[in-house]
Amino acid sequence: MNQHVSPPKQSTSLYAETVIIHPRAVKGIYRNLKWWLMALTLGFWHLAPFLRWDRGPGAPDQAILADLDGGRGYFFFIEIWPQEVYYLTGLLLLAAIVLFFMSALAGRVWCGFLCWQTVYTDLFILVERLVVGDRPARMNLVRRKWDAHKITKTAIVHAVWLLISAACGASFVLFFGDAFQTLKEILTLEASIGAYSCIFIIGGFCYLLAGFAREQVCLYMCPYSRFQSSMLDEHSLIINYETWRGEPRAPMRKGGSFEGRGHCIDCKACVQACPTGIDIREGLQMGCIGCGLCADACDTVMKKYGLPPHLISYDSANNVEARAKGTKGETKLIRPRTLLYTALIVVIAAGMMISLGTRRTTEANVLHERTPLFVVQSDGAIRNGYTYKVLNMIRKDRTYRVKVTGLEGATLSVVGGATRVAETELQVTGDDIGTFRVYVDVPEGNLRGKKTPIFFELTELSEGSTLRTESLFAGP
Amino acid sequence: MASMEKDSVSGQMTTGHEWDGIKELNTPLPKWWVYVFWACVLWAIGYWIAMPAWPTPTGYTQGMLNYSSRANVAEDLKAQQASRAQWMAKLQNASPEDIVKDKALLNFAQSAGKGLFGENCSACHGAGGVGVPGAYPRLADDEWIWGGSLADIEQTIKFGVRNAHPDSRQSEMLPFGTGDAMSADQVSQLADYVVSLSAKTPAAGSPGEALFAERCSACHQEGGVGMKDLGAPALNNNIWLYKGGKEGVIAQITKPKHGSMPAWTERLDAGTIKVLAVYVHSLGGGK
Repeated sequence: MNQHVSPPKQSTSLYAETVIIHPRAVKGIYRNLKWWLMALTLGFWHLAPFLRWDRGPGAPDQAILADLDGGRGYFFFIEIWPQEVYYLTGLLLLAAIVLFFMSALAGRVWCGFLCWQTVYTDLFILVERLVVGDRPARMNLVRRKWDAHKITKTAIVHAVWLLISAACGASFVLFFGDAFQTLKEILTLEASIGAYSCIFIIGGFCYLLAGFAREQVCLYMCPYSRFQSSMLDEHSLIINYETWRGEPRAPMRKGGSFEGRGHCIDCKACVQACPTGIDIREGLQMGCIGCGLCADACDTVMKKYGLPPHLISYDSANNVEARAKGTKGETKLIRPRTLLYTALIVVIAAGMMISLGTRRTTEANVLHERTPLFVVQSDGAIRNGYTYKVLNMIRKDRTYRVKVTGLEGATLSVVGGATRVAETELQVTGDDIGTFRVYVDVPEGNLRGKKTPIFFELTELSEGSTLRTESLFAGP
Repeated sequence: MASMEKDSVSGQMTTGHEWDGIKELNTPLPKWWVYVFWACVLWAIGYWIAMPAWPTPTGYTQGMLNYSSRANVAEDLKAQQASRAQWMAKLQNASPEDIVKDKALLNFAQSAGKGLFGENCSACHGAGGVGVPGAYPRLADDEWIWGGSLADIEQTIKFGVRNAHPDSRQSEMLPFGTGDAMSADQVSQLADYVVSLSAKTPAAGSPGEALFAERCSACHQEGGVGMKDLGAPALNNNIWLYKGGKEGVIAQITKPKHGSMPAWTERLDAGTIKVLAVYVHSLGGGK
């Protein structure tokens, strides 16, 4: 497919001056969608830490919480222990494939509507527009001398930006501790240095990236814009300018006719609306983030001239090409690429759900003592030492019964507990790891070979569920 | 330097560089990127001034912030000791028996004990109390020369064995096989009997049995069960600090070996000794 990159200005300098972009406000379907999605994403970011989820007494009641000190992650009904961080990996994998899937279907919708760089830039531009005015007013302000008016307006804009940035950073911190408590501490200057550093770094980058860097992030920093082309094909919905209908473009005088010329009146509304400052009429290009604001701008103009809409639209390359020939195009949503992504999403999501749904609430680990590997007791019995860890992953004290199988006549001794018994009970407090030093004795003569596999069998007394953990028994 | 020109294919300017007829298109770098680069260079220079950076013939530049990772470690250690303080305070008032009964204290004693044992004891007794045959007793089995109860172990650690401390455990086996004490035949008969004891098949009515009753049973007791108060080891099992078997027994009867252990009461505080007692007791052989 065609993918042009607009040739840079014919410069003899090795360094390019940054041109500040002042996008003009537009009205239309994509603009409305962007407002709603901004409300949704920012609403989630700022309100999610305050959602509550009852987990019983003694447990945090924050729905989404990363408790670093306690070593637990909470997500509504899910509670993750440190050894289960692979769920996070699964989630990241899922997010990546959903992103590919979205791109295959509708190009860079992520970039145009959901990416925080886009959302915050959009919000910062809104602040500028409310304080200073639309594109012409903002351009005038830049050109203006530094007088009281310019200083006041600029100060207000930056103050609001900084406030938004601080809120952005603070919200991040709220996911790592009780949100109400942490917010109170932040506001009363009682929070930790770590919390303020986080707010400073994240808020600082928010201010820098959404206030100043803006489209430069998409053009020069983000890798996604570079590999997007490998995820698009002729069926993907992308922002298209219908060259066959628009060209030859020319300015339109009042009362003029569109006979024998293109529908594009070269008003540059699409260019002025673009947050990355590109001209979509040059075709799909790296700078296009697929936000649809140029389509909104163009539709408004088309309506004014009584022309059909969608000279610029979200459409597939197939459709545009077919319409140019006067035939009906075909945009297949179901195709190998999207089917593969869907299958991957379903498999990974199902795998995670099944593994979450069936995961045990008790885990056990056995560590065989290596110094000494074994000890001969005074009655000739062979003894091996183990560190036995029982993870009680619910918030209820539980009693377990443990025995050792795989070796005839094996007995257990627990430090601080029973001595040489066939089986014994272990108490583990709720949401805790019980660490027990266990010795296994086997009578002389019951042992065959230097290494014998043995099994620690743990039975939860109230449920009766058992857990077998393999280890080995060393002998002379 | 070649001049910049317009590339006829792309319409883009070239940088003016040319290698074997290949010209490079000029794609200007954004200026802010260059500023960020210079900012990083400035940061690096600032870092050299603020932090330890360059080697000098005698050491390194210290930096104005006086940063030292070594000092940080010392601080971390101090903080850790402070966090242990409440546990150590509890230990001061608890007997070793109390510690074993309290699950939290026991856990603390076991993990703290591991480090303390490694620092103070494992040089002789080996990691995990594995011991050294012929020199230092194994602490992981249930055979104890001076007793394996918590109180016995604490006592042994405090005052040691055969040292100059007035409360040290003292005992000495006489060299029965030298001089006129016993003939070589008698020593051999006695050794045979001791070996039979350890094999749990005592040779009743043998000449060795009579010799044992006469010479050894005062300390090692009838049947060779041993006597902890005197540090007389049990002979009725197969755990030998020095060599077992007839040869080893003869060697010990003839020219007895005696180990020694320093008193730790002057080097370690009472709480540390309690932790060590609990840890050694938990190594597997505690009574």
